[in-house]
Amino acid sequence: MNTGDILKLDGITPAVYDGDSDVNGVFCCDLLSVAMARAPEGSAWVTVMTNANVVAVASLAEVACVVLAEGFEYDEAALNAARGKVTLLRSNEPVYETAVKIGALL
Amino acid sequence: MGALHLEYTVAPDDFSRAGEVSGIVKRTLKDLGFPPAVVRRTAIAMYEAEINMVIHANGGKITADITPEEIMIVFADQGPGIPDIDLAMQEGWSTASEDIRDMGFGAGMGLPNIQKSTDYMDVQTTVGVGTTITIKIFVTQ
Repeated sequence: MNTGDILKLDGITPAVYDGDSDVNGVFCCDLLSVAMARAPEGSAWVTVMTNANVVAVASLAEVACVVLAEGFEYDEAALNAARGKVTLLRSNEPVYETAVKIGALL
Repeated sequence: MGALHLEYTVAPDDFSRAGEVSGIVKRTLKDLGFPPAVVRRTAIAMYEAEINMVIHANGGKITADITPEEIMIVFADQGPGIPDIDLAMQEGWSTASEDIRDMGFGAGMGLPNIQKSTDYMDVQTTVGVGTTITIKIFVTQ
């Protein structure tokens, strides 16, 4: 499964997308220290955090993508920081529903 | 590979650049071919220490000494110091403000995460003078 497969799901749209990358799991968390320490490499990280620090953690933890839930919008700084570095997606649904949908693709 | 010495300055209160030094060192370690687990442990510890510098200490200096056997990183700041280091080492304890917590920080996992991710950690701190944290990650294939 890859990020392109996630994008085919209803309600999920790209915010910063530079091509498909493999996804091997789903991780849900809104605390950056927890995500930094525990987000599995290659996972899809579902969160409601919108700021640029999410991009820094996603890059360092080497997750496959960030999925911002609840229909929230990324900050401009987050979008700028992610370009060429981290795939950012958006979901119109809450964290749980988003994670379940992505998990079903695994 | 011989020894590599790197030095960086962390700017105070600049959350848009927080994590930058950790990213640079991580890429350097990857490029040098260090094992992925070593790279990840270093990145986790560095990010936590770098963020602490931004949140609590008006920035500071990071130096990294990298050899094939060991990665040693020193984080030195002239911030307020840590009054009770035992308390600060407890998971969940944090003095971060509400604004900081709203950004997703301040979970009280910084120092515990650093300790868990490293093979050696030393904290020298004096209230009103600053804090120096030294960490080492031993390289095992």
